[in-house]
Amino acid sequence: MATKTTAKTINIRLKIWRQENAQDQGRFENFSLNNVLTDMSFLEMMDTLNEKILKEGKRPIEFESDCREGICGTCSLMVSGQAHGPVRGATTCQLYMRSFQNDELITIEPWRAKAFPIVRDLVTDRRAFDRIMMAGGYTGAKTGPHADANAILIPKDLAERAMDAAACIGCGACVAACPNASASLFTSAKITQLALLPQGHPERKQRAIRMVGQMDHEGFGSCSNLQECEAACPKRISIQNIAIMKQEYFKAALAADYREGMSDGDGA
Amino acid sequence: MSANSDKTSGLNSNVPEGPLTEKWDEYKAHMKLVNPANKRKYNVIVVGTGLAGASAAASLAELGYNVKSFCTHDSARRAHSIAAQGGINAGKAYQNDGDSIWRLFYDTIKGGDYRAREANVYRLAQNSVNIIDQCVANGVPFAREYSGELANRSFGGAQVSRTFYARGQTGQQLLLGAYSQLMKEVDKGKVTLFPYRELLDVVMVDSKARGIITRHLHTGEIERHAADLVILCTGGYSRVYYLSTSAMNSNTTAIWRAHKKGALFGNPCYVQIHPTCIPVSGDHQAKLTLMSESLRNDGRVWVPKKKEDCKKDPKTIAEEDRDYFLERKYPSFGNLVPRDVASRNGKEVCDEGRGVGETGLSVYLDFATAIKRDGESVVREKYGNLFDMYHEITNENPYHTPMRIYPAVHYTMGGLWVDYNLMTSIQGLFCAGEANFSDHGANRLGASALMQGLSDGYFVLPYTVTNYLGTHSQELLKKVETSHPEFEKAENDVRTEIKRLITVGKTGKRTPSEIHRDLGNVMWEYVGMARSEQGLKTAIEKIKLLQMDFDENMLVNDDQNLSCTLETAGRLGDFLGLGALMARDALARAESCGGHFRVESQQDGEAKRDDEHFSYAAAWEYKGKGAEPVVHKEQLVFENVQPSVRSYK
Repeated sequence: MATKTTAKTINIRLKIWRQENAQDQGRFENFSLNNVLTDMSFLEMMDTLNEKILKEGKRPIEFESDCREGICGTCSLMVSGQAHGPVRGATTCQLYMRSFQNDELITIEPWRAKAFPIVRDLVTDRRAFDRIMMAGGYTGAKTGPHADANAILIPKDLAERAMDAAACIGCGACVAACPNASASLFTSAKITQLALLPQGHPERKQRAIRMVGQMDHEGFGSCSNLQECEAACPKRISIQNIAIMKQEYFKAALAADYREGMSDGDGA
Repeated sequence: MSANSDKTSGLNSNVPEGPLTEKWDEYKAHMKLVNPANKRKYNVIVVGTGLAGASAAASLAELGYNVKSFCTHDSARRAHSIAAQGGINAGKAYQNDGDSIWRLFYDTIKGGDYRAREANVYRLAQNSVNIIDQCVANGVPFAREYSGELANRSFGGAQVSRTFYARGQTGQQLLLGAYSQLMKEVDKGKVTLFPYRELLDVVMVDSKARGIITRHLHTGEIERHAADLVILCTGGYSRVYYLSTSAMNSNTTAIWRAHKKGALFGNPCYVQIHPTCIPVSGDHQAKLTLMSESLRNDGRVWVPKKKEDCKKDPKTIAEEDRDYFLERKYPSFGNLVPRDVASRNGKEVCDEGRGVGETGLSVYLDFATAIKRDGESVVREKYGNLFDMYHEITNENPYHTPMRIYPAVHYTMGGLWVDYNLMTSIQGLFCAGEANFSDHGANRLGASALMQGLSDGYFVLPYTVTNYLGTHSQELLKKVETSHPEFEKAENDVRTEIKRLITVGKTGKRTPSEIHRDLGNVMWEYVGMARSEQGLKTAIEKIKLLQMDFDENMLVNDDQNLSCTLETAGRLGDFLGLGALMARDALARAESCGGHFRVESQQDGEAKRDDEHFSYAAAWEYKGKGAEPVVHKEQLVFENVQPSVRSYK
């Protein structure tokens, strides 16, 4: 955790990425903001800056946020080179100005990855994650009557491990932090959750093959075990999931019964 | 049922005949069906992808309809249902503690202070059981016991343990379950996603909802979408108060614009103010953060008995100098009284000058007893992420010093009026989840919002939508094209308003956030936890002034592409209209019930309901800008429970 300042207010300097649209080359723009309350959240600081910019007759900085309590995964800022900023296990919206020093220069950039094209300023298009989910991040159980919820017992530790993986908020910090812009942590979290739970077993093989294939297809890089994703993850998703994903993928790829059943070669 | 229709206004709830416990099953058994080959001829628009929207879109697509799913985010997974923490109720009775579908129904009707429809609430309780099975089948990792069975905890307003949960992230896990089903249907080609879209108008052809006008938030493009019916699942309107636990982008635009097109607005003044939120710390704040109600299972709420102790370190205040006011006043429910009761009592002790913290506007939520009894590790396992969240925001460690909490606006029970089929007063316009007014009456019990969203989407709409299509097949199979003059007109209206905002915006002086914050202050002060005739009249006048600011003096950046100010400006106009209607509704309802507390209507410090005059749902009709809205009344009929004084003592 970054050093905490005890001052009630600080003055800060900001270097923020501005880009009109996907085609624009983009550039940094400098701002300064005085008397920032240290109890303010980082995004409230951004709100304050935008009000100031609007009143000066200029175009406010576009950035995304929604729930502002660390669960929707919408906010996505690279703060001084760290995805979601200097506090571990927190999203940008959970970052407070008490994590910064007086007169500090803070650099703010969007996520940078080929698969997350920049829309404007700090806003990127992360729909590639949805497409990975479409490739099998579900159980096929339709809406309707099902066996009683207690019909299949699930050991507590298994349910807890599934929950650890399911806690992913899909923010993309793992991709932004990875030098290869790999989406392995995101993809593996879903594959692991559904591999651990009995309800995910019937589609386990095609899920691993298809989701990994889609991840590659979107232009995300490969995992080379640098662990930057785990360090940046606001939900502290473990890279163990990536090991499980690889295991699931190989088992599925080698399984004769599945290979025979495949109609097209949509593997990795 | 004739008893449930209001003859003076023609409002018909369409509640089926028959005994309460059999109504839904009987009704389903006689509904119109649509054969599989015909299902694929129908197009359905679902706006919103929270629990209600995602589950409805996925389930309707599974049936074979072509679904267009709209949301403002990049992904359906980001809808604000994701932020629900505590849990979801179900009358499974797994704990052998006397629970049943009937008891869940009864608790919900009573919790809503007898201002909801019996038949809707009973159906909700019935569906609750299937929801849990459904979610487990979809891979939702609910908390479990060592035995491998599902775990439960207790929530306010109930004396049984019927709340299912996934740590403090139940909403997230349920939404991801429904979202994954939606993604499955997108993969199959039955759902088409329209992300980054905001609904700006509902289009009606021959008195039926047949499409919508949207704005693409990234490109500014105005688009037309036609369908055979439209379902709004666009959430609640808490952000009319500016500060609330809702997400930054939560808004009332979809339902308010549908209201302006003729959909009646039900009980707009019913708002839930949640007792356990992190107190306001300053003017810069953009939103408030809720601490799950589940914390009241183990946390004890107190303030010092003596005013002079309020600024002291809480640990130095002796046990006998503490007032555990909820335990004292409500011994049978203690800290687990319903939300409205807990909030009101919290406000009361602060008004008496016994509030704690720098502002004096908070009370303690203390875990010392639980930590002493069960150990820190047990408390950490149950509430770890909530404690961490509190620590991050306040810089105080709740394992060592009691949390400080204060009520904040959290949920809106009001919404578009719907009948038993969840159809609004506009034919072919359905409304589900928090966006509609049904099921929770004047106060919602904890862990019931998730239940309602999924009940509506998974288990009600698939039936009632099919029934509607089957009933109107002749007309609906004649497709409406987006070139129809009604689309043309609706699009022009939308364009005119955006142009107006930008033109005025060039010379305006006040930012949308400034006007919105002022509106929030008016709403909180006069249409908040305590409402009076004089205050409500003041609110109406003050909102008129803010409306003038909005019309003539609002500063908007003129960029028409992705533009955060243009988005918030458009939504603000709808909040202002709704804020005024909420005040009017609160003024007309001269009784106290649930979250609606009129200071003129109380007895021995408790809210006093007036069944003789107010046992109805108010459904407001829009009459044009500046014109007085007209109220229609749906009389509530209680045949199975006897409305009584709601006591938690």
